Amino acid sequence: MPEESKGPGSVSPLPEGAKAPAEAASPDKAPAPAADVKLPSAVSPLTESKPTEAAKSAAPVPAFAAKPAAAPKPPAAPAKPAGPVPEPWESELVTALKQQYGSGILEASRYLGQRCLIVDSSILPEILRRMRAEEGFDYCVDITAVHYPKREQQFDIVYVLYSFPNNERIRVKTRVKDGDHIPSAFPIWPTANWLEREVFDMFGIVFDGHPGLKRILLPEDWRGHPLRKDYDILQQDKEWVQINLGIESGQ
Amino acid sequence: MSQPIDSSYLDLDTKDKTFLDSTEMVLNMGPQHPSTHGVLRVILKLDGEKVLGTECVIGYLHRGVEKIGENRTYTMFNPYVDRMDYVAAVSNGLGYCETVEKLLSVEAPPRAQYIRVIMTELCRIASHQVWLGTHALDIGAITPLFYAFRDREEILRIFEKYCGARLTTHAFRIGGCIYEVYDGFEEDVKKYCTFFLPKLDEYEELLTTNRIWVTRTKGVGILKPEDSIALGVTGPVLRASGVKWDLRKAQPYECYKDLDFEIPTGMNGDTYDRYLVRIAEMRQSVRILQQAVERIPTGPIMAKVPKVIKPPVGEVYHSIEAPKGELGYFIVSDGSTQPYRVRVRPPSFVNLQALDSMVRGMLVADVVAVIGTLDIVLGEVDR
Repeated sequence: MPEESKGPGSVSPLPEGAKAPAEAASPDKAPAPAADVKLPSAVSPLTESKPTEAAKSAAPVPAFAAKPAAAPKPPAAPAKPAGPVPEPWESELVTALKQQYGSGILEASRYLGQRCLIVDSSILPEILRRMRAEEGFDYCVDITAVHYPKREQQFDIVYVLYSFPNNERIRVKTRVKDGDHIPSAFPIWPTANWLEREVFDMFGIVFDGHPGLKRILLPEDWRGHPLRKDYDILQQDKEWVQINLGIESGQ
Repeated sequence: MSQPIDSSYLDLDTKDKTFLDSTEMVLNMGPQHPSTHGVLRVILKLDGEKVLGTECVIGYLHRGVEKIGENRTYTMFNPYVDRMDYVAAVSNGLGYCETVEKLLSVEAPPRAQYIRVIMTELCRIASHQVWLGTHALDIGAITPLFYAFRDREEILRIFEKYCGARLTTHAFRIGGCIYEVYDGFEEDVKKYCTFFLPKLDEYEELLTTNRIWVTRTKGVGILKPEDSIALGVTGPVLRASGVKWDLRKAQPYECYKDLDFEIPTGMNGDTYDRYLVRIAEMRQSVRILQQAVERIPTGPIMAKVPKVIKPPVGEVYHSIEAPKGELGYFIVSDGSTQPYRVRVRPPSFVNLQALDSMVRGMLVADVVAVIGTLDIVLGEVDR
């Protein structure tokens, strides 16, 4: 077991190694000027301390971009032999977003080199629009959801975004309650059309402003949303197959 | 021939006026139409021959793969992914195995990586051959189908010798490969490369300068680069629009970074360019195969992976360049033996969405050409 966890640990930088320079170098290079341009004009008159913070976060950036980044990081979280732990993700983008939206940014983390931003559903459209327009995330890879029935906000809506100019990926997540509507991303990325229809079909989440929100993979008279955790796997046999096809369940 | 046509029945002042005046017509294409590659149903809104709009009705092959994934262990779910894009089963398996490996923070040993790359590139060629044959058949050229399927047979033979299956191969396991290559595998692959390159010229001889082919494909189904990005299309469809983007180069996985190959791109984003891009891609795949087969290192083919796979709590998105485009897996682990959520980002599903904007204003016959050029597999669209 110790060997097991050690082995992967020593190997894991390898796959990341290929991606890390691109992922780490480009966000610092590309959004940095954007943040710099915005910060002085919009925020700096408000708070004096912010520029120093930005300067502080800017200082470790070059180290972050290069390979040595791996060296200073582990001391920060030394107790991680059990497996990879999500670590806080700090960058100029996150600082800028936190300054602007405050508590709307619930979490910014890195896990296995993948960056994830959890935002409040009220500011989701603004964040997505900003990602598209200012941060260069011009390609919406995927929209999906995860159901956690025990949570009060039962659904995670996950947007996987990719930026062609910077060759980087990010996941933007938001949490909604059952029955909550969220605004459609269709005006931002036309590809959201079918992806959101599928989320609606499988989870029953309603996207406001979607051009034609209806079931996509299942028949229109289907009852329930199969990828919810409370949807029994045999339900389709009883509810639909038996009634419409007249065959007994083989399960 | 010269007999004048009796056009009295076309008198527009009769009671038939409503019928003759109605210029719009709704036509149902599929789900059993041979050119829809399975069970795609397209509702066409037509003005004569001109397409005013389309609506795709999909889901006829929906098997609930993602739900199945939540009810199987990581290992048990592995063969299921082969059934999505069944003409490129090896790629599906590779994407899934890599994603779980990422969750486990494991990497396949170098030898396994090379075997995987060889298998995947063979599979890319096979997938493109199916595309070429069926696409040409849809447009009216029958011969390429026989040529392509004849040559694909050799690849399937290699698959069969390697893992016992021809189509749904289940070739890889989480952590590497389960099978060592058989005696003569390298020779078989090399032989295939030398056998296939002249065949590729043969395909091109049949089509590239064929007047019917060029007329039917040039300027048909144009996708501009900005539109392709906005619509999220990937793979050869994106590259034919001139966007030089391939995940094997952009975010290399396995041993692709050690291999020398190019990303072919098109200029006009039409059906003809997509044809050229895929043909060029097959040549590049041969190039990759020739390099990889010379360099297979010795060593183990399986990383140290526990018998019972229980990834730590967390979630990961990982994608590979499948023959059809970006094939992504988003897996959420709750620390148990079964994935909490498996999401598949299917390239065919997203690419098919572009159909509507590609065929608007074109003719009905072009719809057939565009469906073919998108290279969709309904098993993957519907999952």
